[in-house]
Amino acid sequence: MPNVGVLVPLVAIFGGLIWLLVRAIRGREVERRVIFMFIFVAVATPILFPITFQEHATPVVKNLFDRIENLPSGSTILMSFDFDPAMAPEVQPMANALSRHCLAREHKIVFMCLWATGQSLLNTTLEYVIRPDFPHLVDGVDFVNVGYKAGNEGVLNVIVSDFKKMFPTDVNGVPLDGVEIFDKVGSCKDFDLILTVGGGRPGPKEWVLFVGDPADVPIGAGVAAVVAPQLYPYYPRQVIGILGGIKGAAEYESELVKTHPRFENMEKPGLRMMGPQTLAHVVILAFIVIGNIAFFRGRRGKKTE
Amino acid sequence: MRQLVPLTITFCVGTLLIVSVFIPPLGDLERTFTLWFDIIAVFAFFLGGGNLLRVHINKLRRRKTDWGFSIVTLAGFSTMLAAGLFKIGNPGDIATAVDAPGSMFYTIFDSVVVPLGSTMYSLLAFFVASASYRAFRAKNREATLLLVAAFIILLGRTPFGLMLTEWVPDSFSLLQIPNLAIWIMNSPNLAGQRAIMIGIGLGVISMSLRLILGIERSYLGGDNA
Amino acid sequence: MNRSTYIVVGVVVVLFLISWILKAVSLSGEDDGYILRGFLITMSAFLTLAIFSFLYRDNPFYKFAEHLFVGVSAAFWMTQGFWSTIVGNLIPRLSAGLSGFFMVPHQPSPWNISYWIPVILGILLLMRLSAKYGWLSRWPLALIVGTTAGLNFVRYLRSDFIVQVSSTFVPLLGREPHQWQGAGAFVSQLDLSATGQLAALLTNWVIFVGVFCGIVYFFFSKEHTGVFGRASRVGIWVLMITFGASFGYTVMGRISLLVGRVTFLFRDWLELIS
Repeated sequence: MPNVGVLVPLVAIFGGLIWLLVRAIRGREVERRVIFMFIFVAVATPILFPITFQEHATPVVKNLFDRIENLPSGSTILMSFDFDPAMAPEVQPMANALSRHCLAREHKIVFMCLWATGQSLLNTTLEYVIRPDFPHLVDGVDFVNVGYKAGNEGVLNVIVSDFKKMFPTDVNGVPLDGVEIFDKVGSCKDFDLILTVGGGRPGPKEWVLFVGDPADVPIGAGVAAVVAPQLYPYYPRQVIGILGGIKGAAEYESELVKTHPRFENMEKPGLRMMGPQTLAHVVILAFIVIGNIAFFRGRRGKKTE
Repeated sequence: MRQLVPLTITFCVGTLLIVSVFIPPLGDLERTFTLWFDIIAVFAFFLGGGNLLRVHINKLRRRKTDWGFSIVTLAGFSTMLAAGLFKIGNPGDIATAVDAPGSMFYTIFDSVVVPLGSTMYSLLAFFVASASYRAFRAKNREATLLLVAAFIILLGRTPFGLMLTEWVPDSFSLLQIPNLAIWIMNSPNLAGQRAIMIGIGLGVISMSLRLILGIERSYLGGDNA
Repeated sequence: MNRSTYIVVGVVVVLFLISWILKAVSLSGEDDGYILRGFLITMSAFLTLAIFSFLYRDNPFYKFAEHLFVGVSAAFWMTQGFWSTIVGNLIPRLSAGLSGFFMVPHQPSPWNISYWIPVILGILLLMRLSAKYGWLSRWPLALIVGTTAGLNFVRYLRSDFIVQVSSTFVPLLGREPHQWQGAGAFVSQLDLSATGQLAALLTNWVIFVGVFCGIVYFFFSKEHTGVFGRASRVGIWVLMITFGASFGYTVMGRISLLVGRVTFLFRDWLELIS
C-alpha cells in the first residue's frame, strides 16, 4: 500500500504545479512566497517520509575510491577539512565517508585544516564518527589532528617542503617529533595521498597549485557542488577523483557499503539526502518549463497584437 | 617613505619567492618569508575584529539606525572572544585545543555559528528556485544552450534521470540522461572551464608581474604621497 | 518599535520557553545536562527560523540573527588565529617563558630574532585603525601583496596555464582503449554507447575545439569577424553550456544546504524523524 504521508504532499506539489501552469498560461503573476512554499514542501516531504534510491559510483568518484582501496594498508594520508558550516551539510558527509574508508583500510590519517571553522567541524567528525566507529584506534598512532593554521596558501607553501615548520605540534600541543606517523613524514611529498574536502578559497584549487603539482602528490577532492565544475580541468591529471556535492557523497557512501559491508548500518547522510534532492530538482525543472511556457505564450501574444 | 618602502618590500619579497623556485638553497628563506606572511594574516584577523568594534561602538554612540542590534554584535563578539581566549569550560589544560568538544567555545560554535552560517546560505535555495521560474528563459540560441545544459545536469544528477531513460539500449547509452550529464561535465564543461582557467591564469600572472614591478599601485590606496 | 512588534517578540519569547521546557523534558532520560542541551537545541532552532523569516520580509528577528552571526564569527576567527598561529608558531620562536606558560615546546634558534619582523609588521597593520598613522599599514600590506604575487606567479603559470595547455592536446583520432585502427574499423564499431569509441572521440574533439574557441572569445585585441568571429561564436556556445552546468550544480548545492537545515529542525528539534 502506498505511503499516504508521501502521497498527500506529492499530490499537493503536483496539483500546485498544474495550478501554477494554468496561471502562467493565463499570464498571471505568482507571489514569490508561493514559489518558496513549493520548495519547502518538496524538501520537507522526503525528509519526513524518506524515499531512498540506489546510487552507483560514476568514474570520477570511483577513481578516488579505488585509489584509497588499493593503497597498501598503513599508507599515510593527509586529509584537510577546508570548509565552514555553510558548506558542511554537503561536504561533511564526504569527509566522514572518506575518513571511515581510510581507517577501515588501516591507513594512517593526518587531519589538518586551512579554515578555522574546519577545525571545529573536524572535532565533530572525530567525536561523533571516528571514535564511535573505531574505538580501538589511538590518537597519535592511527590518526593525528594537527588542526588549523592561518595563512591560506602560505601554509601550503611551507608544508610542501617542511611540514613540522608549520605544524610543530598537534592540536593539543603534543610535539610531532614524538608522533609515530611523523617518523616517515617530513613534508607533503611523503604522503601517499592527499584528500581535501571543501569548496571555497583556500580549497582544492590551492592544494593542486601549491602542493599537488610542485610535490607530485596525488590529490583527491570532495567539494561543494558550486565549485565542482571548476575542478574538472584538473581531472584526472592533477586531481585523481572528485566528489561533487551531495550526489558525490551518496555515490561514495554506496560504494563504501558495497565494498565494506560492516558499514551497512552506518548513518548515510548522502544517500538519505538524495530523496529531497531529487524532488526539489524535479520541482525546479517544472518551474523552468512553466516559466518558459508563459514566456513563449506571452511573446506569441505580443506578435499577434 | 609612504610609497618607496612598500614598493621595495613588494619587489624584494615577490622576486625572492619567484627566484627561490629555481634556486633550491633559497627554499628555507622562502619558507620563513611565507611563515611571516601567515603570522601577519592573524594580525589581519585582529584588524578585522578591531574594525568591527570601532564601527559598532560608533553606531551605538551616535544612536544610528538599528543601533540596538549593534549591542547584539558586540555582546556576541565579546562572549565568543572571552570563551576562546580564556578557554572557558575547556576539558583539558591550556595546551588543549580551544575548540575541544565540551568547551564553551565549541558549544557556541555548534549552537550559534553552525545554524546561522548554514541557514544563511540555504536561503539561496529559495531564491534560485524563484529565479528559475522568473528569469530562466530560452530567449535566444545561447540562452537555450545554457538552459538545456542545466536541465540535463539537474535531471542527470538525480536517480530520476536514470528512471526516465533506463529503457535506452546499451549501444545508445550515451543518450541516457545520467551519461549525458557526465559527458557534459567531462567535455564541454571541461573545455569551457579550461578556457576560463587559462584566461584567469594569464591575468594572475600579468597582475603579479605588475605588482612586483610596481606598475600596479592601487593597493597603496588613493593617497600615494 | 511599535506595539505589534512588542507583541510578536513576546509571543516568540513564550514559544522559546515552551520549546526549551519540552526539549529539556524529552532529553531528561538520556542526558545529565539536559536543561543546557535543551536550551542549546532550542536556540539553534530559533536562530534557524529567524534567518528563514527573511523569506517573508526583512524583520527584527533576522537582523538579530545576522548581527549575532557577524559578532560571533569575527571573534571565532580571531581566537582560532591567536591559538593556532600566534601561540602555535610565533611564541615558541620568541620566548621560552611564554612557551612554558602556554605549554608549547620552545624552538630555540639563532635566527628566531627575525620573527620580530612579522610582529612589528603586524602591529603596523593594526595602525590602519588610526587616522594619523594609517599609512604605516602599507608596509605589512606590501609584504602580503608581494608574497601573494610571488607565490601565485609561478603556481598559476605551471598549473593553470602550462599544464592546462598541454592537457588540451588530446589525440583526436583516439587512444587506448579506443586506438585508431582505420576508417573501416571505426565505422564497423560505431555506436553511441557511453564508453564507446565515438563518445571518446567526441569528448576529445570537444575539448580541443572548445578550449581553443573559448580562448578566442576572450581575445579582445582583434575584432570578432570572419573565421575569428565564427570561432568566437563557438566559444560562446561552449561557455554557455559550461555556465548551464555550473547553474545545475549551484542549484544542487543550495538545495543540499536547505535539506541539512530542515533535517536539523525535524530531527534534532522537533524529533519528527529518528
